[in-house]
Amino acid sequence: MAISRRKFLIGSGAVVGGGVLVGYVGYSSAESNTHEQAAKLTEHNGARLLAGWVTIAPDDVMTVLVPHADFGQGTHTALAMMLAEELDADWSKVRAIQAPGDDAFANWFLAEAFSLQPGVLLDSGIADPIFKIVARRLGLQITGGSTAVRCTGEFGLRRIGAGARQMLIRAAAKKWSVSADSITTKDSVVIHAASGRTLRYGELVDAASRLSVPSRPPLKPREQHRLMGQSVLRPDIPLKVTGSFSYGIDVRLTELRYAATKAAPVHGGRLIAVDVEPAMNMKGVETVMRLPDSVAVIAREPWQALQAVARLDPRFSAGDASAVSTDSLYADQLIALDRAKREQMLKIGSAKKTLEGAQKRIESTYRAPFLHHAQMEPINATAQWKDGELHVWTGAQDAITTRRFLAETAGVSTDAIHLYTLPLGGSFGRKTGPDADAIYYPQLVAIAKQCAPHPVKLIWSREEDTAQGWYRPQATTRITAALGPDGLPIAWSEVFTEGRPGRSIAYPIPYEIPHQLFEQVRAPHHVRIGPLRSVNSTQHGFFRESFIDELAHAARQDPLHYRLALMKNDARVQRVLKEAAERSDWGQSLPPGRGRGVALHIEYESVIAQVVEASWEPTGVKVHRVVAVVDCGDLVHPDTAAQQVEGATIMGLSNAVAEQINIAEGAVVEKLFSDYRIFTLADTPTIEVHFLGSDAPRGGLGELGVPAAAPALANAIFAATGLRARRTPLNSAIRELQVLTTDALAAL
Amino acid sequence: MQLNVNGERREVDVDDDAPLMWVLREKLGLTSVKFGCGVGVCGACTVHIDGVAQRSCTTPLSAVAASSVVTLEGLPGSAGMQPGQLHPVQTAWIEQRVPQCGYCQPGMIMAVSALLKQTPQPTDAQVNEAITNLCRCGTYPRVRRAIQSLSRS
Repeated sequence: MAISRRKFLIGSGAVVGGGVLVGYVGYSSAESNTHEQAAKLTEHNGARLLAGWVTIAPDDVMTVLVPHADFGQGTHTALAMMLAEELDADWSKVRAIQAPGDDAFANWFLAEAFSLQPGVLLDSGIADPIFKIVARRLGLQITGGSTAVRCTGEFGLRRIGAGARQMLIRAAAKKWSVSADSITTKDSVVIHAASGRTLRYGELVDAASRLSVPSRPPLKPREQHRLMGQSVLRPDIPLKVTGSFSYGIDVRLTELRYAATKAAPVHGGRLIAVDVEPAMNMKGVETVMRLPDSVAVIAREPWQALQAVARLDPRFSAGDASAVSTDSLYADQLIALDRAKREQMLKIGSAKKTLEGAQKRIESTYRAPFLHHAQMEPINATAQWKDGELHVWTGAQDAITTRRFLAETAGVSTDAIHLYTLPLGGSFGRKTGPDADAIYYPQLVAIAKQCAPHPVKLIWSREEDTAQGWYRPQATTRITAALGPDGLPIAWSEVFTEGRPGRSIAYPIPYEIPHQLFEQVRAPHHVRIGPLRSVNSTQHGFFRESFIDELAHAARQDPLHYRLALMKNDARVQRVLKEAAERSDWGQSLPPGRGRGVALHIEYESVIAQVVEASWEPTGVKVHRVVAVVDCGDLVHPDTAAQQVEGATIMGLSNAVAEQINIAEGAVVEKLFSDYRIFTLADTPTIEVHFLGSDAPRGGLGELGVPAAAPALANAIFAATGLRARRTPLNSAIRELQVLTTDALAAL
Repeated sequence: MQLNVNGERREVDVDDDAPLMWVLREKLGLTSVKFGCGVGVCGACTVHIDGVAQRSCTTPLSAVAASSVVTLEGLPGSAGMQPGQLHPVQTAWIEQRVPQCGYCQPGMIMAVSALLKQTPQPTDAQVNEAITNLCRCGTYPRVRRAIQSLSRS
């Protein structure tokens, strides 16, 4: 068993070193307590919990507890399908819900998946306690890293389904006094063919729930799948087209109050003073609260709260940060690249020495701006203090951590926090965590105390959501490469900064380059940063794939064939790139003014190549067509998979064309969708998504389409115009290059 | 004041400058009407006012005193469908599996149903001009496909 990734997840080794092997007995009793807690939390209509993650009611209705939030990725459906497949369940009776934000539902499959190599399952049985303990300690229930299908599904819910099936079979065998081997299952029915007897799962579940969970239930081979691989209708879709699907913001409670806030425009600032009269004089306003970092208005109606808070003119501290701007941050980052202490992140071979002796060296500096999630449902949460306990209704990507953070903020035990997680109207990382940067929760706790015993719904305006985000970091990188005699790079040396230290996913780059060096420098600032769909791969994908394109052109080679030559030992990537070339008519002529660009990304155990066709118009970048070819192994739900690649591609393109969060006088400049421009229907090209079925372990898909979309587009614009954008947003980058080119021509 | 919403007279006890969007969703429980931006840009709050798709967040209550307001909840009824039946746009939405998170979809469906009533076979350019609703999940290719399937039928 390879355990290289375990340390990364567990951290200091307190669990690995000391606790893990200290005896099974303690764990067994801890596990039975956990099971009792899980059973208690899922008790309804006589349903019984099997193997910790699925309940079956006497009427056969089956409820799968999914330890992830579903904000349109189809996670709940896919994971329920994986469990139902192994359990031979009647799909019409299967439901999926988000698991309670309770330690009893800590996602230990995730802990296991990150500890084992991809595709390895058998070293640990589902009864083994180590991963459960680790997961509970970490409060692991995150939705992120494109882990739902490949980790929770593959390492967890399939095995839970298989284990639950065995429990039902054993219960029937006991009842009928026959051997378990003589029993089969189909559509939520247990069958003893020899005697013609059958029992429904609902009739057996009570007896089955008293049996032990098998530790290593075998999984169905692929050829026996009848549900996985089918594009069943996602049950949320009909609800979403009739308007009956409820989100966090749709909570309705009696005697509900509404709150709106305005926080320090310069992140980290404190409230100094505010004249509350303009708000207090408005109809419906009950209270104006002075919070440490914000001012809050509580009113009888939501519009009253929002309008009243907009009338206030609070003064906040800003400190040194009031001099900070987008340009000053870039200047700081450039200085840091030159002068700051370098932290070596990865070294393969001797890049520096190779560069020194190189015949042909190429160097470029790239940068990427802050980006906002711009999810459609603005930040909101509803809360009520009652009998010293806090009830909270909201969407959360990480329910256990949210509960812990609320408890810490409110100064009560986690048991005193009742978190009702509700669907999110988009999220993309906006509601992961949370940590101290999630300033809406401290606001919520303070406001709820003020409003007690009434419940209160805190709603951020769009302006507030935009200004108080946590953003994809503004980043700058300088890459130097040496080309060998065949034009291919032999060395790649990169120094980058994300302001604060970033997560280590930028390296090594996947290409077969013998000498690679990656160094990180710091250029601290006060602007909040957080994970945006595909996290730091958004900027690093743009840097890497744009620069590879530069190298190909410098070597006078075709960019797609250049990538093939740089990945000649990777059959999977070869197949994806060649298919992309074929499907996109790579190399064939295009209408005048159009160019084609390609980019590649490998992450989440999946591979994607995107070919973009684009042109430069007086209005800016125009994207005409995208061909995406993906290898993520076998698909659970092909239609949702295609939808994820379509959506992620659009987000990646949108990120690249016009999106940018600017800073002026320390504060975020953008406020609304009118100045933070995301893609519209008119902006959207035709998108063709092709999956190459393969025997590779199932890979993640929710984020995969983002990182290569921006560079494929920038490369297409280069092919169309000869202008190389080394930053986004491309619209302003290309305009700037045009001015420079015009000036240069005028100077001749 | 009185409102005509989804074919019914509804009484609401709020000032007549209250934004229609908030009144519909928080006072009348028609929560298909979504708050997205509050300034009429994103379209998540789109409803029909006398058959025309409008942003309800920038429409004061007083402006619809003499009008007929239809939200997604009342869309099938407004097109003469029986209770429990779906509007053809909703059916196409299910066939094309349009929604992801779904938050913008009620507004999107209201905008598309108004467009197709006015222009049953819109050109791509007409679609681009009329459907300015924002979707961060990127359901646009399927929105277009659903519109195309409807304009063919």
